[in-house]
Amino acid sequence: MRRRTRIAAALGGVTGATSRLVGRGGGSVIGAKVTLAIAPRALDELAAGRRIAVVSGTNGKSTTTALLAAACAAGGSTVASNIEGANLRSGIVALLSSRRARNADLAVLEIDELALPSLLPSFTAPVVVLLNLSRDQLDRFGEVRTVAAEWRRALGAQPAAVVANADDPLVVYGAGTASDVTYVGVGLRWQQDAASCPNCGRPIRHEGRDWWCECGLRRPVAVELEGDELVMGDERVALHPGVPGHHNVGNAALAVVAATKLGVPLAVAVDALGQVTSVAGRYQTITVGSTRARLLLAKNPAGWGELLTMIEGDDRPLVLAINARIADGRDPSWLWDVEFERLQGRTVVAAGERAADLAVRLRYAEVVCDVWDDSILDGIERLGVPEVDVVANYTVFADVVRAVSARA
Amino acid sequence: MTAPRASAVRVALVFPELLGTYGDGGNAVVLAQRLRWRGIPAEIVRVGMDDPLPDGSDIYVLGGGEDAPQTFATARLAEVGLARAVDAGAVVFAVCAGLQILGQSFTGSDGRQQAGLGIVDCATHPKGERQIGELVVEPTAFGLPLLTGFENHGGITELGPGAEPLGRVRVGHGNGAAGVEGVVSGRVLGTYLHGPALARNPALADLLLSWVVGPLEPLDEPLIDRLRSERLEAALR
Repeated sequence: MRRRTRIAAALGGVTGATSRLVGRGGGSVIGAKVTLAIAPRALDELAAGRRIAVVSGTNGKSTTTALLAAACAAGGSTVASNIEGANLRSGIVALLSSRRARNADLAVLEIDELALPSLLPSFTAPVVVLLNLSRDQLDRFGEVRTVAAEWRRALGAQPAAVVANADDPLVVYGAGTASDVTYVGVGLRWQQDAASCPNCGRPIRHEGRDWWCECGLRRPVAVELEGDELVMGDERVALHPGVPGHHNVGNAALAVVAATKLGVPLAVAVDALGQVTSVAGRYQTITVGSTRARLLLAKNPAGWGELLTMIEGDDRPLVLAINARIADGRDPSWLWDVEFERLQGRTVVAAGERAADLAVRLRYAEVVCDVWDDSILDGIERLGVPEVDVVANYTVFADVVRAVSARA
Repeated sequence: MTAPRASAVRVALVFPELLGTYGDGGNAVVLAQRLRWRGIPAEIVRVGMDDPLPDGSDIYVLGGGEDAPQTFATARLAEVGLARAVDAGAVVFAVCAGLQILGQSFTGSDGRQQAGLGIVDCATHPKGERQIGELVVEPTAFGLPLLTGFENHGGITELGPGAEPLGRVRVGHGNGAAGVEGVVSGRVLGTYLHGPALARNPALADLLLSWVVGPLEPLDEPLIDRLRSERLEAALR
C-alpha cells in the first residue's frame, strides 16, 4: 500500500474514533470519507490482492450478502462483510480499512446497484452476484434500464465470475457482457419493470418459465430452483434459509451457487443457510409490552409484493409504516403499485411520516385502517395484541430499530 | 343528472406495463372506486401492449414511463387508434409521458424528435435536466381547488393555440414553459402531476367522471382531506 493511502487510512481512523467519541454515530463512514478525500484511489489499494465477492441488485442485497458470508465462513474462510448496509464507496473503504478486514481472507460486499459500475474496476476477478432490478427511489435513480446498461458496460470491461438471476431480463441484459456467467432461475414475481426489452424496448414474451424478445435477448440456460430445491447437474438439494419467505429461498440459491464459485462445497454452503435468522434487524422478533412484534423491511413495489405473499397466509395485525425522506425516495406514488387489496379484512394500521399517503391508498383498496401519529412502539403497546407484523420502509425501519435498542 | 346507464362505466388503463412507472395506474383505481362509492357500477379494463384498444371505453388513462417504452407505446397507440376513441367522445387522462405522447412531437430516447399522436396541440423537447419535486398548481379552469402532486420529468412542454393549460404553477416546474402546468383540449386532460394525481386531487377525478356520468354528489373522505392539506402545507411552506 502506498504511504499516502496508509496515512489517509490512519487519519480516517482518527476521524472515525472522534466521531464515535462525540456521539455522532458509528464513525466508520465519515472516517472513510476523510480517507477518500486524501487518497481518492484508496479503494484500489485496499482491495488489491484480496479475494472479493460482491452482491448487488434492488432487493435482497443484505440478506444474500449475509447468506453468502455465512456459507463462506462455514467453508473455512475468515470473512469480512458490510451487512450493516454501508454499501457505497465510503462504506466499502471503511470496511476494508478496518481491523476485522485486515485479518480476513475474503471480503463479501453488499454494493449499491448504482455504485457497482464505478467500484468494480477496483476488484480483481471478483465473484459478482446479481439479484434483480426494479423501480426504487425514482426521484434519485432515474430509469432502471439505465442501471442495467451501466452494469453491462462495467462487466464487459474486466474479468469476473458472475452469478445472475435468469428470470430478470434486466439482470440478464446487465450480465450479458461478462466473461463467465452462471445463471440461476430463481423466479421474478414483480414483472412490471421487465415487460419491455432492456435491449430494444419491444415487448418481452413469456411462456412458462421461458422469456424472450424478438431482438434475440432471451432466458439463458440456468441452474434451476424448483420449489425449495436447487437442481445443479445431477444434484438436487433443498434450501432452508433461516429467514422466512420464498423470495429468500431464491436469494439462498444465488448465495449457494456463488459460494461454490468461491470453493465452498455445495453441502457445506447449504447447511450454513439456517444460521442466518435476521439481517440488520430485519426478520427479528422483538417484545413490546406483551406483544411479540416481527420487524420486516420493504421499500419498493417488488419488495412489498414479496412480503405480502409471505404474510397473507395468517391473520396477525399489521403495522405498515412509510417515510419519504431522501433515502426512501421523496415520492411515495409507488404505494399504488402495491396490491394492498390483498389485505382486505385484516387489522391494519398506517404509520410513519407519510401515513396519510398510505391510508388513502388503503382506503381505495377497501382496507380499513387506523392511522397512528405517535411512536410505533407506543402504538404497539396500546394495541396489546399477542403478535403483530411491522412492515416499514427504509428510514422508518431504522427509526424503529433505534427506538427498540434505546428501550432495551 | 344524466339518465341511468345501462352498463358499467369502463375505465381503460392503457399499457400499464409501458406507462406505469410512477404508480399512475392508481388513477384508474381512484376513478372506478369513486363511482362505486356512489353506487354507480364501474370496471377497469387493463389494456396490455399487445391488446387492441377496447371500443366504447368511457375513460382512457395513460401514465408516465421511461424513454424507450414511451417510443414503443406511441407507435402502438397510433396503430390501435386512440385518436378515433377521442373523436368518438371518450375522456382521456394522461400523465407525464402519457401527456407527451398525445402532443404533436417529443424527443425520443435516441435524441431525435418524434411525432406524437397529434391529439393535443402541444410539443415537448428536453430541458437537459430533470425537474423533480412537489408540484402545486392553481387551476385556471373548471373551478377546481389547488392541485397537488409530485413531478419527475425532463421535458419542457409548449402549448399551441389549440390547447389550454390546466393551471398556473405555484410550486415546481409543471410544463416548464410560460409558468403553466398541464394541458386541456376538449375532453382530453394531461398533467405532470404524479402522486397519483387523482388520489391527491379528488375534485379532478370527479371532474373527469362528471364528463361521463353528469354531476356527482360530493363524497366525505377525511383521510383524503388530510393527505391534501399535509401535502399542500409541506409544499407551500
